[in-house]
Amino acid sequence: MSDKNLFGLAAEFQTHDELFRAAEKAFAVGYRKMDGFAPFPIEGLADALGKKNRIPLLVLLGGIIGGAGAYYMQWYANMVSYPINIGGRPMHSWPSFIPITFELTVLCAGLTAFFGALASSGLPRPYHPMFNLPDFERASQDRFFLCIETRDPAFDPARTREFLESLQPLRVAEVPK
Amino acid sequence: MNGNESKQVSANSVSSVVKAKVSPLGYPTNLLVGEQTFETVNQTIGSVVLQDRQPRPWWIGFTVAFALLMVFFFAVAWLLIRGVGIWGVNIPVAWGFAIVNFVWWIGIAHAGTFISAILLLMFQHWRTAINRFAEAMTLFAIACAGLFPLLHLGRPWVFYWLLPYPDTMGMWPQFRSPLVWDVFAVGTYFTVSLLFWFLGLIPDLATVRDRARKNWQKIFYGVLALGWRNSAAHWQRHQIAYLLLAGLATPLVLSVHSVVSLDFAVAQVPGWHSTMFPPYFVAGAIYSGFAMVLTIVIPVRKIYRLENLITLRHFNNMANVMLVTGLIVAYGYFIEAFMSWYSGDIFDQYMMTNRAFGPYGWIFWALMFFNVLVPQALWSARIRRNLVALFLVALAINLGMWIERFVIVVTSLHRDFVPSSWGMFFPTVWDWATLFGSIGLFLTLLFLFVRFLPMIAISESRELVAEPQKATTA
Repeated sequence: MSDKNLFGLAAEFQTHDELFRAAEKAFAVGYRKMDGFAPFPIEGLADALGKKNRIPLLVLLGGIIGGAGAYYMQWYANMVSYPINIGGRPMHSWPSFIPITFELTVLCAGLTAFFGALASSGLPRPYHPMFNLPDFERASQDRFFLCIETRDPAFDPARTREFLESLQPLRVAEVPK
Repeated sequence: MNGNESKQVSANSVSSVVKAKVSPLGYPTNLLVGEQTFETVNQTIGSVVLQDRQPRPWWIGFTVAFALLMVFFFAVAWLLIRGVGIWGVNIPVAWGFAIVNFVWWIGIAHAGTFISAILLLMFQHWRTAINRFAEAMTLFAIACAGLFPLLHLGRPWVFYWLLPYPDTMGMWPQFRSPLVWDVFAVGTYFTVSLLFWFLGLIPDLATVRDRARKNWQKIFYGVLALGWRNSAAHWQRHQIAYLLLAGLATPLVLSVHSVVSLDFAVAQVPGWHSTMFPPYFVAGAIYSGFAMVLTIVIPVRKIYRLENLITLRHFNNMANVMLVTGLIVAYGYFIEAFMSWYSGDIFDQYMMTNRAFGPYGWIFWALMFFNVLVPQALWSARIRRNLVALFLVALAINLGMWIERFVIVVTSLHRDFVPSSWGMFFPTVWDWATLFGSIGLFLTLLFLFVRFLPMIAISESRELVAEPQKATTA
């Protein structure tokens, strides 16, 4: 297959330990544009592959915006938009604004966590070249894959294949685009 | 990285082989009965969804549930036509079954969040077999709960007036009212529970998609899986978001039932005006929720032969949680009675006497029987592991917790400060139809859930399977 139609080279492993070690070695050798695939989350695998995530920060911001917005909304409604004096009680009765402030903090943080996780993974995405890999349906069941992409500057069809073979996988296969 | 670290990894796996009780991911391997492999787990859980024929009990259950759902639609349609006058509510008991059912359902919902979020944060891995189920239960219970205050509005079709939006009337909701807090609390609770549940489902939907043989299944599960590829980057973001949602859901679940209890506690009515309500309501919620989980999981486990995944240990643990929360609830009843005596307030004292010996006294004693006496059976380990007995205890608690809300709502309202304004509440056939109909709604959704979605978290079960000896073959 020519390079143009190739998305990457994938090695298939039987256990998560093998995949983890393979990922560490690949990173050490200098590959960067790669991804591991496993039927359950493997602690540290994403770090070993050099994947970053900023979700906690986003969620914090989402929560702060939600909480501040909620408090502001209640303050604005009772102080500016529709102030109404009932028995001389304080307009800015902050303790009774707390429950809604709390709820909207959680709501906005939760929405950010969910949509942030999807968006930063590029989901939803119905089609992806990885699905062309034979046997890839087992990535969601009982097999572990490491794929090095052609867009990695260090990628070379022959040498990358040699490197993957050296990891003693079950097999190495091409991932067509 | 360097040779040093990979040496560490293999050293770890060797030591875990020696111990043989903890998987490389730190999970105890004895959670699953028998010799489970990735394939048996995938097969056991996935096949329920993908097989064409459902077992006969599923059809029987679904038929009954669906019939009840039709009763619900009928009762709601009649309510929309005639108004809340078809119910037994009136002055002084303006909050009848609608609010009783609302609090009951929202309480049931809480166990789901407790199991999935709080136990996750406390590293209680036994939750894996039941968390998905409990989350679904949460979602459907909130759906039932949310309907009741809306139906009680009088004009349910203008329910959106509860939300702050720039309307032509130039009005805002009363943000100081616990009833408006409820709107935000329940709305947030439903949304966050839905996100949490669906986020956990995505990898499992991908598994089902990849195992599907038929076209409609491939398309249906493929669309729902959103293109999940099990990539390390996906998992990383999935895990952190899942953990954060759990962290958010934990205070949320406590806040929701606290807010619900404030609907009562902020009012002046004797029997409601109590600072004890929030913690007492939260404990009661978890108590009733666990009872509902047991009521559902015991038959489902039997029908779908999930004995290897949902073990007696799960039942034992759930029974223990029920015992503890049940004792907190019993303590709540005691303190409620004590405080009304100790306060020296005659209205409060009368409320308590009336509650136990007034016209609704027999309901109070039924409450004591179902909610305080029966659960004491759970002290016995034999009962906790006897599924028939446990099922009966769970049913008693479900009933008891419904009665508790009835006692709180109705006996407090029907005789307050001025004897001339006393009255009685009698439910009508429409009250009962709406209650049982809502159970139909709940069960219908639940039956559809076990039919079409993986009811046990497959990816988390695979984590439990990832056994140490496999690591040494490398």
